[in-house]
Amino acid sequence: MNTHACTSPRLTTFHRATALALTGALLGACSLLGGEDKAAEAGGASEVVLVTHDSFSLPEELLAEFREEYGHEVVVRSSGDAGALSAKLALTKENPTGDVAFGVDNTFASRVLDEGVFAPYDPPRAPGAGRYELPEGSDRLTPVDVAAVCVNIDDTWFAEQDVAPPRTLADLTKPAYRDLMVTPAASTSSPGMAFLLTTVAAFGEEWPAYWSELLDNGLKVVDGWSDAYYTDFTQGGEGGERPIVVSYDSSPAFTVPEGAEKSTTSALLETCFQQVEYAGVLKGAANPEGARDLVAFLQEPKTQAALPESMYVFPVVTGVDLPEDWARYAARPEDPYTVDPADIATNRDKWLQQWTDLTTE
Amino acid sequence: MTPHPASGVRPPRRLLVLGALATGPLLVLGVFFVLPVAAMVGRGFVVDGHLDVPGVLQVLARPRVGRVLAFTLGSALAGTALSLLLGLPAAYALSRLALPGRAVLRAALLVPFVLPTVVVGVAFRQLLGESGPLGFLGLDGTPVAIVAGLAFFNAAVVIRSVGAAWEGLDPRPGEAAAALGASPWQVLRTVTLPALRPAIVSAASVVFLFCATAFGIVLVLGGVRYATVETEIYLLTTTLFDLQAAAALSVLQLVLITALLVLTGRTRNGATTVSRRAVAPRRPTRHDLPAMAMTGVLVVFVATPLVTLVVGSLRVGGEWGLGNYRALSGTGEDRALLVPVTQALATSLRTAADATTMALVLGLVLAVMVTRRSHTRAERRLRSWLDGLFMLPLGVSAVTLGFGFLIALDRPPVDLRDSALLVPIAQALVALPLVVRTLVPVLAGLDDRQRQAAASLGAGALRSFLTVDVPAVWKPLLAATGFAFAASLGEFGATSFLAREENPTVPVVIFRLIGNPGEMNYGMALAASVVLAGVTAVVMLAVERLRVPAVGAF
Repeated sequence: MNTHACTSPRLTTFHRATALALTGALLGACSLLGGEDKAAEAGGASEVVLVTHDSFSLPEELLAEFREEYGHEVVVRSSGDAGALSAKLALTKENPTGDVAFGVDNTFASRVLDEGVFAPYDPPRAPGAGRYELPEGSDRLTPVDVAAVCVNIDDTWFAEQDVAPPRTLADLTKPAYRDLMVTPAASTSSPGMAFLLTTVAAFGEEWPAYWSELLDNGLKVVDGWSDAYYTDFTQGGEGGERPIVVSYDSSPAFTVPEGAEKSTTSALLETCFQQVEYAGVLKGAANPEGARDLVAFLQEPKTQAALPESMYVFPVVTGVDLPEDWARYAARPEDPYTVDPADIATNRDKWLQQWTDLTTE
Repeated sequence: MTPHPASGVRPPRRLLVLGALATGPLLVLGVFFVLPVAAMVGRGFVVDGHLDVPGVLQVLARPRVGRVLAFTLGSALAGTALSLLLGLPAAYALSRLALPGRAVLRAALLVPFVLPTVVVGVAFRQLLGESGPLGFLGLDGTPVAIVAGLAFFNAAVVIRSVGAAWEGLDPRPGEAAAALGASPWQVLRTVTLPALRPAIVSAASVVFLFCATAFGIVLVLGGVRYATVETEIYLLTTTLFDLQAAAALSVLQLVLITALLVLTGRTRNGATTVSRRAVAPRRPTRHDLPAMAMTGVLVVFVATPLVTLVVGSLRVGGEWGLGNYRALSGTGEDRALLVPVTQALATSLRTAADATTMALVLGLVLAVMVTRRSHTRAERRLRSWLDGLFMLPLGVSAVTLGFGFLIALDRPPVDLRDSALLVPIAQALVALPLVVRTLVPVLAGLDDRQRQAAASLGAGALRSFLTVDVPAVWKPLLAATGFAFAASLGEFGATSFLAREENPTVPVVIFRLIGNPGEMNYGMALAASVVLAGVTAVVMLAVERLRVPAVGAF
């Protein structure tokens, strides 16, 4: 490596200088500091700032249409999951980081409503959206999309092993399904929390007993959805060993092998919890008009039609065409479990505490 | 700078100069660390408009807090020990022995340090999981897996910081001892290790901080059974919105970190420092076999999860192929991303360049400041305080800092909340201790008499800095550059809070891909991780190459 070690001091000084100059040039040549700042450019022009979680995504063309129709440029500020978003909104309520928020769901809504984060705004509901309104807070939060967290199973596994697949929550504690299930944790993942609420809705006060049975039956609890689905679920990656996983009702649309007519997985529609996501105008918004326009825009049919492919959720508005895969493979629960948001608000911490005690022992 | 460092200057003036030099870094620390953290902790202490200290203290009495604290300290200690055990032999072998492929190995061993924890977590779990190749060990979801994960990330820190010092270590005392009949083990124990102690203590304290505040790796590898102070603060802030408890734990974390810094600061001060004399690496002898064997163990340990990643990235629909890599120029299945991964890579590189520049400038000023010989006790104390102070950002929860930025930097004169600069600034804060800790042991090892000699020969302060300090420090400086750059490339915690949607960095994009359904998105996340690892390796290799021509020239 160093057979040609330099001995001339002149040369080494030169090398040293070159090395430092190169490093400097490397660092200087590509830098954000010299680059343009989009937001600063937009400056005084009408700009509406959307605060959201990091699963938010809408096609560029759609945002361009919004710009043309309403004359506002959308600036997206996203960070963290629904929980982090709610915390962020509550912490910055005196001086909000944007004009409008999207992504607060029915499990976190009560917190932000209590904190007084949203300004009153009650637009006419698009057809069908009224079903998803919150009992309290409907004057501030407008439903945008709906999805259900359901237990998913690997149909091919059950066919190959010649085991009858489970159907209900109660089935999951049977010996036939021992060591077959994995779920993300309620404390660190929003589908995990939804599954905890499913059991609260299904078993009432008795839910801890149900969880003890699940755990006794070999339920595995991991950190997050991706961890459960990609590492442990038999249809997620290549190494998973568990054919039962807590995921979404839309998940089966993503496990259709190329050229096949049937998905390899299905959602158990009797084990679902409904999650609705809302949008609202932030109190103290710099551009309240733009914020109201964006909430209205989120309810328009073309935006609603874009939701499945960009955010893996269903529209709340009726009469919107679903993508072909979704229409064929993503069956939806007719009567999902729900928990009153007020109950969630009062008991969330207590339930999580109990749940943590159960799962960590 | 004082014109005559050796004599004739009254202490107060030196203190003033020191204070003036410190103003810049202190201002940065004040605005981007103290202010946000104080704001966030303040929210927890003030309940309904009045200060509620007993309420906060009560939180600390909860039994769960004790368990969380014990697990944090235990796992961080074990993680630090394992990182040292694996890192020290490799630091020796890669800095002193003429091994084939030395530069490549050094670069490659830094790669884990920059990989997003989510992805490494998945790779680890694929290895250790029920059906994984190592599943029979039954380690999935155990503390052992967490400690292994911590060492996987942090052995690189030991190799880098201790290696740089080891490289500059004068071999003559060791050779003299050996000539007098000391066994290699005695030489190591009585000559080499004491000389390296400051560098080892430095590295160990940084590693301990990284381990104690690790977030993603604890969650992914420990399941939810094991909580650390860091994961608990996250849970309390975002899921439970119990700011009072979060504040209590943040304060507890700060107190512990400060205690650790005071402790390691003492050890550092009491030790002899590294003397500088770069030597060409020599051919390995049979006495080097244990170190080489341990290096081999580390390579296997680091390579296994990486190979799992690479293999995964090359699988498309159950077959081998490059589809995942081709997809990186797009936005993923069903538009999982707003920008293509390639564009995120450009953003990552630009951000890292900015963060590295900031960290280097600040780090160099700080390192020079804290290593200048002190003339009074007050001065020495001030220097050692400054030294420790800038380590603190490593020991604070990313959640506290991230939310703190949101609520503290939101109005003039510091209205930076929505600025594109926040990400590089946050990353620079993370990289700064790495820069300082790489430079300090080397600068401290310089004999002040050299500067005095330069001064007595008529050299001004700048001149003596250029002739005495720069030749010694430029190599570690390059190492620090690469290190800071790599740390910034892989930084996720603070970045995920502050990155703007239209300008995500690669780790943010990977996190997003892995959180979305679809086999292609998962494959892309693996491919993007491999690309990130590759870019880091190339950057580190470039730094290694730059060093080569001058080795042995001093």
